[in-house]
Amino acid sequence: MAKTPRRRPGRMIPSLLRSLFRRPATTRYPFVKWEMPDRFRARPVVHTENCIGCKMCVRNCPSGAIQIEDMGEKMFQATIDLGRCLYCGQCAFVCPKKTIELTKDFELAAFDRASLVVVYHAKPKPVEEPAASAQPKAAEPQAPAA
Amino acid sequence: MPDKEKIVRVPIGPQHPALKEPESFMVDLQGEKISSIALRLGYNHRGIEKGCEERTYVQDVYLIERVCGICSHSHSTAFVQAVEEIAGLDVPPRAKYIRTLIGELERVHSHLLWLGVAGHEIGFDTLLMYTWRDRELVMDLLAELTGNRVHYAMNVIGGVKRDVPQEQFARITSVVDALEERTKYYVELAMTEETLAQRLSGVGYLSKEDAERFGAVGPTARASGVDRDTRRDDPYAAYGELEFQVVTDTRCDVFGRAVVRLGELMQTYSMIRQVLKKMPDGPTSVRAPLKIPTGEAVSRYEAPRGEDVHYVRGNGTDKPERAKVRAPTLANLQSVAKMLENGYLADLPIVVAAIDPCFSCTDRMVAVRGTSESKTMNWEELVQYGVRWYRERGIDLSNVKMRGEVTA
Repeated sequence: MAKTPRRRPGRMIPSLLRSLFRRPATTRYPFVKWEMPDRFRARPVVHTENCIGCKMCVRNCPSGAIQIEDMGEKMFQATIDLGRCLYCGQCAFVCPKKTIELTKDFELAAFDRASLVVVYHAKPKPVEEPAASAQPKAAEPQAPAA
Repeated sequence: MPDKEKIVRVPIGPQHPALKEPESFMVDLQGEKISSIALRLGYNHRGIEKGCEERTYVQDVYLIERVCGICSHSHSTAFVQAVEEIAGLDVPPRAKYIRTLIGELERVHSHLLWLGVAGHEIGFDTLLMYTWRDRELVMDLLAELTGNRVHYAMNVIGGVKRDVPQEQFARITSVVDALEERTKYYVELAMTEETLAQRLSGVGYLSKEDAERFGAVGPTARASGVDRDTRRDDPYAAYGELEFQVVTDTRCDVFGRAVVRLGELMQTYSMIRQVLKKMPDGPTSVRAPLKIPTGEAVSRYEAPRGEDVHYVRGNGTDKPERAKVRAPTLANLQSVAKMLENGYLADLPIVVAAIDPCFSCTDRMVAVRGTSESKTMNWEELVQYGVRWYRERGIDLSNVKMRGEVTA
């Protein structure tokens, strides 16, 4: 075993002692909430009034977590299964109308799997929107293999 | 030499031999010394490659990202680069710089994690607590830049999904400065702390010849004096435009591997500063076609643990015909057996941990062929075998109804 000339052991003691008088590195989580950064990717929210039903999100979703249903009169209902969602943000990236937004709300634990399925009900379009501008593509919604 | 009866065979694993991952080591012991070692992989096979063939390229990026929880950006970048090569996409320079930035920040958090784990394996838990506390700085930074602490989801085919705006540069610089100061302390500590050197020197020796023969990659190879780094040898992303040194060491032991990783951290901080200085303006992604043409590509990426190789073959549809992942741990596993030979059993955890193993990344399909003990059984034979096995031990299962009609 090659030995190099070294100083005495216990090199960490000064910084150990310093740590004694520092605040703990952890926070008391349920009581002290950590503020997530603005660009954090957690609970996806669908602003259904802007949805044009192109279903790009459905085809792109890696885990088949999102479903878009046509409710007639150019209104669309979105269903997101938060238990399947990867929070990758691909749906928000491909959405041509930026309908989907990933919020900072990360506390999504639930006792019941069914309560993780969130439905965003269809809303009518804002009036100033020219309704005929965006025709939904009639592509079959190809959900990925589970 | 002691005779054969003195050899004791000890199974270590599959429950976490070093890190908390399944892997089996069959160790032959002569007293405290390891005379030979047999590795067995395959406890964590997830069928990711097959899964890739059944999903579209867009979905595959996220599946591939989940090959590894630590080097997730490495895997997705390697995959995306291969797909871009097949599709002939010209990735904007800004996207390349952002990929480099995230990749280097990932290296910081991976190496700090390793340093902590190595400290833990040798009973130096203070080091674990300190490095993991410092690692939080870079994890928080990654959450701010990409929106998540581990699976960054920055890559898309044709670029990156999010821009890193100029306002965040100051924050990155301040984190890098703080981490550089901490790393300098760890370097100094590693070089002067007697206990650390005593414990790690000469442990897990791997000579340069052996490292080359067994195809070791990454810090494991570089600590044995093999001057090999994909970032310099086959530059991808923005590495061709950055100045950095490949850190090597001739100690060939676990201590050398720690020194190489610490040296790489210092290089990484300088690289991040260069990326911030040189980052060009422009778009962050180009539009990629859904259907990727016929063709094949191999992509290499220097992940924190070593060289990551991805192979993709397209067949003109929106799904790849074949995707192959070679994680760095697979390349390093052969050298582990060599390192452990004639070593002590007590050194096994640190020697295995020294390659920074990631067994679930490595587990692909393993077919064992040609061994005398292996035999293929159908269900019926397997049931019969089980019944016989229990009967020899005094338990009669012959009346238990099982699928496959037990008539024993």
